[in-house]
Amino acid sequence: MKRKHQVVGHSVRKIDALSLACGKPMFVPDLVPPGALHVKMLWSPHAHARITSIDTSVAEAMPGVKLVLHHGNVPRVAHTTAGQGFPEPSPYDTFMFDHKVRFVGDRVAAVIAETPEQAAAAVGAIKVEYDILEAVLDPHDADREGAPVIHDQPETHVPIPVPYEPEKNVAARVGMDIGSIDDAMAAADVSLDHTYATHYAQHVPMEPHVAFAEPANDGRITIVTSTQVPFHVRRIIAQTLEIPVRQLRVIKPRIGGGFGVKQEILLEDVVALGAIRTGRPVYWKYTRAEEFISARTRHPIETRLRMAATKDGVVTGIGMDCLSNTGAYGSHALTVVCNAGSKMLPLYRSPNIHFTGTAVYTNLPVGGAYRGYGATQSSLAVECMVDELAEKLGMDPLQFRLKNHIRSGETSPVFRALGEGKAGVEQSIGSCKLEQCIKLGAKEIGWRRRGRPENKKGRYRTGIGMAALMQGSSIPEIDMGAASIKMNEDGSFNLLMGATDLGTGSDTVLGQIAAEALSTTIDKILVYSSDTDMTPFDVGAYASSTTYLSGSAVRNCAEKVRKQILKVAASMLDCKVGELAIADAMVAKKDGTASVSFADVATHSMYASDQHQIGDMSSHITHKSPPPFSAHFAEVEVDTWTGAVKVLNYVAAVDCGTAINPKLAEGQTEGGVLNGISFALTEDYRFNSRGVMQNASLMHYKIFSMRDKPPIKTILVPSYEKTGPFGAKSVSEICINGPIPAIANAIYNATGVRLYRSPFTAETVWRALAEG
Amino acid sequence: MNRTISCTINGTERTLEVEPSEKLSSLMRRLGLKSVKVGCNEGCCGTCTVLVDGRTVYSCLAYAASVDGRNVRTVEHLGSIDRPNPIQQALADEGAVQCGFCIPAMVLSAEELLEKNPRPTADEMRKHLDGNLCRCTGYEKIESALMKLAGKEEDV
Repeated sequence: MKRKHQVVGHSVRKIDALSLACGKPMFVPDLVPPGALHVKMLWSPHAHARITSIDTSVAEAMPGVKLVLHHGNVPRVAHTTAGQGFPEPSPYDTFMFDHKVRFVGDRVAAVIAETPEQAAAAVGAIKVEYDILEAVLDPHDADREGAPVIHDQPETHVPIPVPYEPEKNVAARVGMDIGSIDDAMAAADVSLDHTYATHYAQHVPMEPHVAFAEPANDGRITIVTSTQVPFHVRRIIAQTLEIPVRQLRVIKPRIGGGFGVKQEILLEDVVALGAIRTGRPVYWKYTRAEEFISARTRHPIETRLRMAATKDGVVTGIGMDCLSNTGAYGSHALTVVCNAGSKMLPLYRSPNIHFTGTAVYTNLPVGGAYRGYGATQSSLAVECMVDELAEKLGMDPLQFRLKNHIRSGETSPVFRALGEGKAGVEQSIGSCKLEQCIKLGAKEIGWRRRGRPENKKGRYRTGIGMAALMQGSSIPEIDMGAASIKMNEDGSFNLLMGATDLGTGSDTVLGQIAAEALSTTIDKILVYSSDTDMTPFDVGAYASSTTYLSGSAVRNCAEKVRKQILKVAASMLDCKVGELAIADAMVAKKDGTASVSFADVATHSMYASDQHQIGDMSSHITHKSPPPFSAHFAEVEVDTWTGAVKVLNYVAAVDCGTAINPKLAEGQTEGGVLNGISFALTEDYRFNSRGVMQNASLMHYKIFSMRDKPPIKTILVPSYEKTGPFGAKSVSEICINGPIPAIANAIYNATGVRLYRSPFTAETVWRALAEG
Repeated sequence: MNRTISCTINGTERTLEVEPSEKLSSLMRRLGLKSVKVGCNEGCCGTCTVLVDGRTVYSCLAYAASVDGRNVRTVEHLGSIDRPNPIQQALADEGAVQCGFCIPAMVLSAEELLEKNPRPTADEMRKHLDGNLCRCTGYEKIESALMKLAGKEEDV
């Protein structure tokens, strides 16, 4: 359904782009008040140990030291660092400080001092004695008989009724069965059964975690933080510090990237308690090494996948068993592993579906939310197996996907079976242009010239692979976003909303939605977001929700304000509302005899008669999570002598409904794709035998630079999602899921060798080639 | 022992007290030039880039004292919201600014190249900006913005 829009669907300039390009002081470190104290953390050097004694007396007496925090002098409140809705589907297994450390990089004590150097010196003077415990460094060992119990403290629990067995190091379990995968496998003409695995990775936002807290003049505390979830920060810090929510104001200014890792509440408790106890502003920024080790990571997941099909290429069964390593704490443990199933299993129609997900604790860095959120991990399994199954059937993998993928009007039992911490929500697919994505992407990459691996010879071999993808848009019947709009006398509008722009451009996109619904231009919308004192609530930026969910709240609110404008204009023009039409920031009689501008209307409402503020507030929840769809294509060159893989070309065709701002939607896709390529080929955590990350530096953890990047072509394939604002669905997460399977399939097409474990470094590819 | 240095910062001659161990990034931020970001503090991410005598320098690695007698520029000097430099304008117009944390440094690196070579090839551009990491954009829009500016859209 095509509709003509004035603002929506146009690539208006991101409203903060010039300010950012001019280097205006808009980020947390730029706003630190003078005289702020600095935090340095003493991190655990041991993977698993009990703190038997801690002596901070020398440190406390050192120059400039104002406060030392440790388990002996802070509130002991079990909570989760996962910034999720309440009650969180993550276990309350974390304390501000504990007498036990559970991974190398866990908190031991914080020093707050006048300068960072003084704080660092004092950290070195803290004397800690540890009783070192046996560590679990392999997720396969976590629930074996006699394994050390990582969370043996009595307070640990999950605030919702889901399976939780800390005594077995099991942080979460989930599962579902439709029909019988075993019967499907037994009866299948063709079947496959493989185990795939994805690896540790970090989000690497260019700005690490950073926050400060400042005592306000009214006795409250203001926290300014680089977060995706300001309202969850307020709630969880109030919980952790045992203070009322009203005692805190949380502000998110511009933030230097998030990608999920800033859905995690990691610094705010320390700076807030520091500010409360010292009466001074307290500032803390992670170093890059701390960001790698002590922030959050992508849960490594091992996926056993089974698929069954008839000889005609019809899928008859799909079974997925995921073992997720959540590391030392259960942040997002349940929901990430759940999404590994719920986001990828509905992609192909199947009468028999099986899923289990288990998340286990280990004494390794902690998993968390990371763009893609489980679907990145399981897409490797599903999309590589589909490729292999098609080959076994003698079918083009592209045709196999076209034959089996879910379409408009269809549903999947998975939607109802798997929710986030509770049953899911039944939904049928509204908009789906996956078929067009596959066809357009195939044409762009030159699918027909891919050839067969056995015909490829020589040192350098090229290959083309693809992946089909789906994700969601918001968490239905859980997430809520709200917005308020008020009108000013020049006809401009303040749009206040809780939605959190982490660099994605959501302030612009939501401003466009408001401008469209109000028939004005984007420059008349003054956007202010993410301030718990000033803006209405929003769950925050995660689960691909902002455009779809918060955008609907903005649209609803703008429509209410539009009605108020009409009402005032009708009284001004002495006519009925039905005689009026709004266009171009004007209200005019349909017969063309009279009109008033928005400025006239607002001024009238403030000063002339029946004075009142034109404005309103709306909130929104969603009843479905319409998936965006995408088809990704990678062309690679493999150096068969060294195993080095180079991506020559990449095409991502994406159906995100209406792209509210096409350039920003392309930018989301391109950024996610390159992050995914970098994850597939070079990024990895190297641990030593004691669980210490060996490459916690951008020198040794390679993310792609501009020179490494292949040409990335984004094709936006428009559809119209009736339940979304102006037809929009999400775009932010789906794009990161394609590179791993598309590259693996391309490597197979080049060399005839299948890869089941990421990353595909030169070494792993070379070894796989050597083994044949 | 502190040292007194004289240098030109964004067109203004300054005499400054610096500690021998102070990094240039710290000095810049202390002077209020907050466009100079510190993303890694280990000379990898490039967000701390400044121009010293027209050449890009990672200010997290350089000592503040090393700019004695030299000319230092940051994006604050290149343009303003009302009068942006063409690079700033091009990046904003192309949708190349997402979180924007890397962008001031990216602008300076592009400025260095375009001053020397106003019509670089896409390959020259990619090589020149190799030291400025960005995690949001995949570099596509940054590249296309700058190549349009260089009048070589067709090369991308």
